[in-house]
Amino acid sequence: MSTAAAVQVTAQNDVTNTMSAAPTKFSARHVNVFYGEKQALFDVALDVPRHHVTALIGPSGCGKSTFLRCLNRMNDTIPICKVSGKILLDENDIYDPAIDVVYLRARVGMVFQKPNPFPKSIFENIAYGPRIHGIATDKNDLDEIVQTSLEKAGLWAEVKDRLAEPGTSLSGGQQQRLCIARAIAVQPEVILMDEPCSALDPIATAKIEELIDELREHYTIVIVTHNMQQAARVSQQTAFFHLGYLVECDSTEQIFTNPTDQRTQDYITGRFG
Amino acid sequence: MSETVVTETVDLPNHSKDIATRKKNSADAVRQSLKKRYAAERRFRTYGVMALVFAFLMLVTLFTTIIGNGYTAFVQTMVRLDVHLDAQVIDPKGTRRPEVLGNAGYGLLVKKSLRKMFPEVRARRDKKKVYGIISLLGANDTLRAAVLENPSIVGTTISIWVPSSDDADMLMKGHISRDVVEKERRVTNKEIAWLDKLIIDKRLETQFNTRFFTSGDSREPELAGVWGAAVGSLLTLVITLLLSFPLGVAAAVYLEEFAPKNRWTQLIEVNINNLAAVPSIVFGLLGLAVLLNFVGMPRSAPVVGGIVLALMTLPTVIITGRAALTSVPPSIREAALGVGASRVQTIFHHVLPLAMPGILTGSIIGMARALGETAPLLMIGMVAFIVDVPQGFTDPSTVLPVQIYLWADSPERAFVEKTSAAIIVLLAFLVTMNALAVWLRQKFETRW
Repeated sequence: MSTAAAVQVTAQNDVTNTMSAAPTKFSARHVNVFYGEKQALFDVALDVPRHHVTALIGPSGCGKSTFLRCLNRMNDTIPICKVSGKILLDENDIYDPAIDVVYLRARVGMVFQKPNPFPKSIFENIAYGPRIHGIATDKNDLDEIVQTSLEKAGLWAEVKDRLAEPGTSLSGGQQQRLCIARAIAVQPEVILMDEPCSALDPIATAKIEELIDELREHYTIVIVTHNMQQAARVSQQTAFFHLGYLVECDSTEQIFTNPTDQRTQDYITGRFG
Repeated sequence: MSETVVTETVDLPNHSKDIATRKKNSADAVRQSLKKRYAAERRFRTYGVMALVFAFLMLVTLFTTIIGNGYTAFVQTMVRLDVHLDAQVIDPKGTRRPEVLGNAGYGLLVKKSLRKMFPEVRARRDKKKVYGIISLLGANDTLRAAVLENPSIVGTTISIWVPSSDDADMLMKGHISRDVVEKERRVTNKEIAWLDKLIIDKRLETQFNTRFFTSGDSREPELAGVWGAAVGSLLTLVITLLLSFPLGVAAAVYLEEFAPKNRWTQLIEVNINNLAAVPSIVFGLLGLAVLLNFVGMPRSAPVVGGIVLALMTLPTVIITGRAALTSVPPSIREAALGVGASRVQTIFHHVLPLAMPGILTGSIIGMARALGETAPLLMIGMVAFIVDVPQGFTDPSTVLPVQIYLWADSPERAFVEKTSAAIIVLLAFLVTMNALAVWLRQKFETRW
């Protein structure tokens, strides 16, 4: 095991809250990512506990989004991107050639930085995933999935009378919750969120944060955020990235009150970043 | 006041004095350059307006010339004849069988009726001139059609409108002036007198020229129509669309979404761009060499024309298709991939529908170009003189632009207006296609 991984393990052992008892959902080891010649991630090792919120923080260009996009192999869409190392999802290496990437993405949903609803009706936005995966067997089934997904995303009350309207007609915050509902509708095990609130106003942000807290009960969540208060509010585990290295990963409380690394200390106190 | 200024400058440290002067200088500079910039902006706008006005004037000139020359072709001078349908001439054996009725010599009856109308004309040469008032071929056709439709009229005398000859038509429309000296006029004074008599007798009038819109080409201008060419154009374009649209879109999708970015795809890309610039007659030569001589496809057929034009249109469809596909925001692809759609599902459910308006616009532009294309079709024999309206994709036919070219080349005065009229029909065809494109575009866009 490399030193980074060893550090990771000791960090895990130090964790005092309930997280240590939670089984690991994602387990990344020796993850290196290259964009052509340029290396974006260096030997990252990180465990994501099940049914917890893990926040990835760090200054711009530190590789936190890159790491997040490794978790559902969204990086595959970039031709020059090469990933090495192991990322285990429930003991299975997701970069194993035998793994079906479509199946992986059905298990690991994603919410993006900018709300990106399909230019279709609200109903169709939610129904699309279940339909292509064959989750819903008939129309009633589909209606139910749409309703429960929207309810879980806290959007049902606002849109139940206008399901036929285009998803793009909603406000920014509503659109982002629609995207979360769309991700939920496929019944994933993990939801990845790439700065989900960076394009939203404080009220919409608060709603999304509340939602993340509720979703934790059923889903494992990994969230990239620039906003340290947000990381502190919504996450149980925080990982700090810097220049492509995972500097420190610990319980959120530990990171924000008593970081072990000087760089983490500097970043969370606003000295750089 | 000057004193305060002095004290101020004295009080100010050196560098802030510099900043103050620099600020003032740059403010002056901005003010001066603003004037220049606004002038440049006004100048540019004026150029734009001038260009628009110029283009508009050109367009107006074009349209007034074409419509001014062509609108008279939509009407035709007709002459009313009282024809005795002599059963002895038409069907001496009394069989009333269509093939007998169809082959009868109606010209004789028409001539007889004309002689009866102008009994004073005796000289053989003058008689010929009298027959020349009407279109003998046209009268023959009209009578035959009437008899075939209702064979019971054989043996009776009917009153029927037949087209006049092109010279009479030109005179009535004023394209041949009555003021010109007789020697230099195609219509003699005698003929003018007969025509005037017909007008007084209410036997001559201009009527809407349905024949122009329903018949094929003819050596006689008064009988020539654009329907054959229009159908030929339509059949050719159907083939072009069926080939170039699916192939072009498929190629664009493959190149844009699936193809690995390597030397080979780059080479293909460069060559597609080159193909778009190849002169169209080269495609015609290709069609002649490969499709006609090697494959042995029928000459002058819309299917061959369609294939040649499809080859010509493909690069346009591919290039615009790729541009439309790249303009679809990547966030939509990510969203679809994020919920677990496969690559093909992402493309066909989300990317392609969003790119469709752009692809359609490109295809319609390509089709419009194909519709107006003449040169490659000359090479594959679509320039032939074809009277019959084509019934299928392998029938010999011509197309509208080639028809225009053929008529423009004909010596008869009456073909001048036919040429302009055919251009009007071609333009109407184009406008309809573009309107269709706009409609399709809007339909797709409002759906999303």
